[in-house]
Amino acid sequence: MFAYYFQLALLSLRKSPGLTALMVLAIAVGVASSMTTYAVFRAVAGDPIPWKSSKLFVPQLDMFGPKAHLNSSEPPDAMDYLDAMQLMRDHRATLQSAMYEISPSIVPSDARAHPVNVDGHAVYSEFFPMLDVPFKYGSGWTAQDDAQHAAVAVISSKLNEKLFGGANSVGRTLNIEGKDYRVIGVLDNWDPQPRFYDVVNNGGGFDSNSHDLFLPFTRSIDAGITNQGSINCAQPPAETGFVGLQHSSCAWIAYMVELDNKDAVASYHEYLYHYSALQQQAGRFGWAPNIRLRNVPEWLDFEQVVPPDTKLSLVIALGLMAVCLANTIGLLLAKFMRRSGEIGLRRALGAPRTAIYAQFITEAGIIGAAGGVLGLLLTIVGVACVGKVLPTDIAGLARIDTWLLLYTLLLAVTATILAGLYPALRVAKIHPALQLKSA
Amino acid sequence: MRLHPIIAALRKHTFGVALIALQIALTLAIVCNALFIIGERMARIDRPTGLNESDLFLVSQMWVGAPAGSDAASTDKLDSMLLQDLATLRGLPDVAAAGPMNSLPLYPSSHTSTVSQKPGTDNPGTLLHTNIYFADDHAIPTLGLKLVAGQNFSASDVQHRRSQAGGQSPTTIVTKALADRLFPDGQAVGRQVYFDGSASPSTIVGVVERLQVPGTSRWTNGFAWYSAIEPVRLDRADLLYVVRAKPGRLAAAMKEVPAALYAVNPMRVLDDDSVESFADVRAHAYRADIGMAILMGGICLVLLGITAASIVGLTSFWVGQRHHQIGVRRALGARRKDILRYFQIENLVIAGAGTAAGAGLAIGLNVLLMRYFEMNHLPALYLVAGALIVLALGQGAVLVPARRASRVPPAVATRGR
Repeated sequence: MFAYYFQLALLSLRKSPGLTALMVLAIAVGVASSMTTYAVFRAVAGDPIPWKSSKLFVPQLDMFGPKAHLNSSEPPDAMDYLDAMQLMRDHRATLQSAMYEISPSIVPSDARAHPVNVDGHAVYSEFFPMLDVPFKYGSGWTAQDDAQHAAVAVISSKLNEKLFGGANSVGRTLNIEGKDYRVIGVLDNWDPQPRFYDVVNNGGGFDSNSHDLFLPFTRSIDAGITNQGSINCAQPPAETGFVGLQHSSCAWIAYMVELDNKDAVASYHEYLYHYSALQQQAGRFGWAPNIRLRNVPEWLDFEQVVPPDTKLSLVIALGLMAVCLANTIGLLLAKFMRRSGEIGLRRALGAPRTAIYAQFITEAGIIGAAGGVLGLLLTIVGVACVGKVLPTDIAGLARIDTWLLLYTLLLAVTATILAGLYPALRVAKIHPALQLKSA
Repeated sequence: MRLHPIIAALRKHTFGVALIALQIALTLAIVCNALFIIGERMARIDRPTGLNESDLFLVSQMWVGAPAGSDAASTDKLDSMLLQDLATLRGLPDVAAAGPMNSLPLYPSSHTSTVSQKPGTDNPGTLLHTNIYFADDHAIPTLGLKLVAGQNFSASDVQHRRSQAGGQSPTTIVTKALADRLFPDGQAVGRQVYFDGSASPSTIVGVVERLQVPGTSRWTNGFAWYSAIEPVRLDRADLLYVVRAKPGRLAAAMKEVPAALYAVNPMRVLDDDSVESFADVRAHAYRADIGMAILMGGICLVLLGITAASIVGLTSFWVGQRHHQIGVRRALGARRKDILRYFQIENLVIAGAGTAAGAGLAIGLNVLLMRYFEMNHLPALYLVAGALIVLALGQGAVLVPARRASRVPPAVATRGR
């Protein structure tokens, strides 16, 4: 029976090519604009570490005090050096790392080549196991290296390609800011977006510049490799330079901890509270404890990592999709009603209403499928073009994958069938006798 | 022609009529808000920075293995390296002026601070957000700023120090917006202000007409014109030089810079993107806004196209349905013009209803967007413009099927159904 409806539908569609093309085009455009904006949205709203994000937390302490907050009671979204170091020493979480953004220069071994800047982070050894960072060669450094301020470095596969031609460079030497570091590990294509471990310093989380270098935090501080991220001060530092920054209450250090279960979260929360209370007793903080402990999804939401423009575009594109659907309903109705005579004849020859119904739903489905296929092509074009229009940090992340293509087809067919329900119902109600008389 | 028969006839196909009206309403709601978004973005992009932006470029560079600058001797060493660079830049044949700065309008790095007429941090309510530019006495000619009161820094005003904070310069130049906010009597020159909650004052020596703060993020909107310049060369490893090329020599000057600086001292980082024209800085800063405006414009066009197509489609269907009736009317003496007019008025009635509903929807959507996104009140102008656009679109779209209807010959009436 389906094959017959299919044939009928094709015949009918061929009879009015203009109207058919119009419907297919409308569906395609509606679906493509929705899916293109969705592709961008999905890229930025996605969980960068879905298997673990609920176990990773960002602790916040208030070292500024209530006077420094102009509009809210939120503590600063980064830490000062003193507190970050104390938290590292206390070591109350399963895994933890303080970190700051660096951009030191690397001096090439070839004397004729000019030095280059490389972006990265100074982190602790637990950074790598905590974030499940994949290694191509070697591994991260150890807690002992942290303690000994070892001159070791982990580099990205991209930097490894550039400096060592992609070979296993573990054990090779790297000249950073005029001093030698031993390569201890090479990452295996790791570039999470948003850069959830330090969203404060990465243009709101998305950064198309790759991060190619990880150095031990302790070593980096020793070597005076300065912070490249933002600095937020309630009071100007009393001393100048990078050392002055370390002695100040300015917030510039990102911090992340892994807490594996509810009890661990509760006890870490308690620990932060007690720590703040102790600082109050000691007279460092002149205010009651004001702490936060958000997991990664909560943190990304709080930091508004998904740009409002991306959401706004999606809302507007869904509105466009609604108009396209209304358009399809109208045109399907017009198209179906034109064939009242034919329907009357089929009904008079004994076709039940359900048969008429099925026939027209099939026709709607075919239009939807055609719209879906065209929409798919337009989505591919759209995702390719969106990078030319929107900032590359964000649009560059939009990807076409099998799921997106499936969603596109599914959306087109489902939407068109839904749009066809009422017109099909209307034509199925046509009285056979009336139509035969007038025809 | 009376409206009554047209409205009576509409009742015969309520669903189709409602569908077109709904589509027009949705289109109007979206188009109004999209146009408003475009308008707001364009207004943002059109804000003048206060700079003479042509022939201006910047050089961002970093010393390799430079002294840390934590003691006076190494700060002096850093400063002499900086001065040597400046002398080199100013000596280039295609360079008109150059100076060191910590940032620039639209540039993504800033030193946001507070300014007050009182010393210290403990005076809430009198603190204003401001942005401080650290520059030397060449900044005003280099940037092409317009002095409206007082004078430029003298060379002896310019200090140098390691970091942005710690110590206040005794002189400053502020924007007219900031001067008027602090001193409504218009006599800012010679008066004292306190930056960063400092205990020592800075005397205003000059007022520039306009100078935007760095960056374009929305949180700076409240103090976008409250800039101040402190005459300080910051001695750091990473530096920004602002350079004005001689008129029309921008490309040549930009090309000269890297080789000239490497010749002075090769131990520095100058990337491919280290030398950047101000036009590129501007394009980069507003890329998201331009992108959004293009996206919204595209969506508007697609929407209008689809709605027009829908009107053509459904009206054509109605013309087909009423083929016989039209023939009868023609036979009874209706002119072609009357038939044409009938469909035009019918469309106007439907589109009018859709527009009325759409105006409400547009305001509703605006309220929704205001709540979840940073949007302002939709001005009535956009509603009126949007309504005119969709009404004109309806009339344009209906013309094709209405013309066809008007060509139905009266003889159709005699053929029976």
